[in-house]
Amino acid sequence: MTAAPAELCVAAVAASPGIAIGRLRRLVARNGKSTGPATPAEERQRLEAAVALALRSLRALAEKSDALGAEILEFQQALLEDPELLDPAWALIDQGGSALDAWSAAMAPLIAEYQGADDPVFQARADDLADLRDRVADGLSSDLAAADREDEEGRTILVGDSLGPSGFLAGDWRQGGGLALRFGGATSHVALLARAQKVPLLVGLACALDELPDGAEAVLDAEGGRLLIHPTPATRSWAEARLAARAREAEREQGGIARLAATAAGEAIRFYVNVDDPRWLVGQDPGPTDGIGVARTEFLFHRAGGLPDEETQYRAYVRLLEWAQGRPVTVRTLDAGGDKPIAGLTPEGETNPFLGVRGIRLSLVHPEQLRIQLRALARAAARGTLKVVVPMVTLPREIDQVRALLAEVVAELAQAGVPHRSPPIGVMIEVPAAAIAIQEFAADFYSIGSNDLIQYVMAAARDCAGVAALYDPIHPAILDLIRRIVAHGKATGAEVTLCGDAAADPACLPAFLDAGLRGFSVPLSALAHIKAALAGE
Amino acid sequence: MSNLEATTPAANAQVTVTPATGLHARPAVKLTKLAKTFAATVRLRQAPDGPWVDAKSIVKVMGLKLKPGAVLDLAAEGADGEAAVAALVALAERGFDDGSAG
Repeated sequence: MTAAPAELCVAAVAASPGIAIGRLRRLVARNGKSTGPATPAEERQRLEAAVALALRSLRALAEKSDALGAEILEFQQALLEDPELLDPAWALIDQGGSALDAWSAAMAPLIAEYQGADDPVFQARADDLADLRDRVADGLSSDLAAADREDEEGRTILVGDSLGPSGFLAGDWRQGGGLALRFGGATSHVALLARAQKVPLLVGLACALDELPDGAEAVLDAEGGRLLIHPTPATRSWAEARLAARAREAEREQGGIARLAATAAGEAIRFYVNVDDPRWLVGQDPGPTDGIGVARTEFLFHRAGGLPDEETQYRAYVRLLEWAQGRPVTVRTLDAGGDKPIAGLTPEGETNPFLGVRGIRLSLVHPEQLRIQLRALARAAARGTLKVVVPMVTLPREIDQVRALLAEVVAELAQAGVPHRSPPIGVMIEVPAAAIAIQEFAADFYSIGSNDLIQYVMAAARDCAGVAALYDPIHPAILDLIRRIVAHGKATGAEVTLCGDAAADPACLPAFLDAGLRGFSVPLSALAHIKAALAGE
Repeated sequence: MSNLEATTPAANAQVTVTPATGLHARPAVKLTKLAKTFAATVRLRQAPDGPWVDAKSIVKVMGLKLKPGAVLDLAAEGADGEAAVAALVALAERGFDDGSAG
């Protein structure tokens, strides 16, 4: 008989609040990302695992969906279970292809065939096929070895060096569980995702990987910022009590989510929501929101099968408008670069990508991509209240160039008799130069991108734990810039909103209101909490 | 594919595609799922001379892109071939259980 191991406390930074109790499980780094494929047998195994994972998630989704939704998911299941679908992929793997390449190549002709069908009902099936392709591709490009998740249960605390967005999204977090990483900061992409899905996340874990024994019991405390390995009974019962209290709190907040938001003086405050990927909106009620404040479009560019065509984009934008049911939807043009590289588009080898060719700078280098996006946006604008916001604007002439390109595509659409509308164009203010020289801009609206504005003004990276204290959203310098932008908006009759993590932070809200802001864009998951904070609860 | 050709079917029948939107995803899933419950080799084609395809493959059945009013030849070989064809005919007669318009 061995004595119970002593409780071990590892310090960390809480990047998404919450508590998790479970067994540690090491993330398995997959090295196959940029290197060539492994042996055919290994690639075959990876595709098999990704297909099995996709089938499991389809079955789980179908259980939760209504009869019609379930039947549509059943179609995807039937496809995956059909050897005809996968046979070409196995053949390509045997010829030395990677699992991802083989899978994409097997799906491409099918999708093209349906896209080219003359019957709209069959054309619409191309969407199902594309969704299925992405579902399996997500599993394959995940940073986790898919097979490793085979019998994973909810109450697991995943630990590792880092985790990419696709790896995070491949996980099933509905049962609970948490994530603890040695690297990354509170504003890294995985942290954004974790907060949006209310998954407790610790970053900056102060220990070596070897000190995290696979399978050991642990408590993840992302209210404080520590990982407790081999918890004592007292620690466990404390964690269980906190879990229960958090569940009650969430329930209470949810009750107040539909209320109208207003300041103590009775002035209305608008709360829009951020959207990273429209697939997350399924089953969510737009009722408590004022619309979509920032719909990011990067998700369209990360799918298998290359850059998205106009139809794919148009359908995605229309889906956002349909969800919003008449409420305004602000779509941000592609904001690649910086921490969001896109293969084949963003430059490689920049020594400082955050100060490099990103956002609108990149879009203006690839006007053909921007043109496609603007065409899709102008067409979608005919279907609802759609607005377009342009990221990383530094100079007024960048906006002028976007307007000129928009005027061109609108003229083309008019000539071709395609339904369209020229959407309002807004500027995302995240470069200090644009914030300081705000009077030089004439835009239809302004959206303050607080994540980038703060890191540029404070010269403190969003994901660097060492300068986290400098990353202060309500530093006088930031509030002063916000006041200037609000004043310019008032003078020109243009709406000013603020997005980014700080928008959902109750601690920042009083200062932002004081600076004159009356509109915010927050993650849907944070809406109830921030409305409760506004109501003084 | 070649093993599906040229043999004399043990059981066969003709049915008409009735769903208003053709044999699209949901009706096709119903058909292939039902076909898979039989051990017999089941195939179908668009009458009178379309290519025969495996009725258990959703990829193949959807690939025919059958529109409303299309007439299908069904054929099955194997011990339960007769039962398979009878079941598929019954499904077609029920309009592929396609209650919805989409």
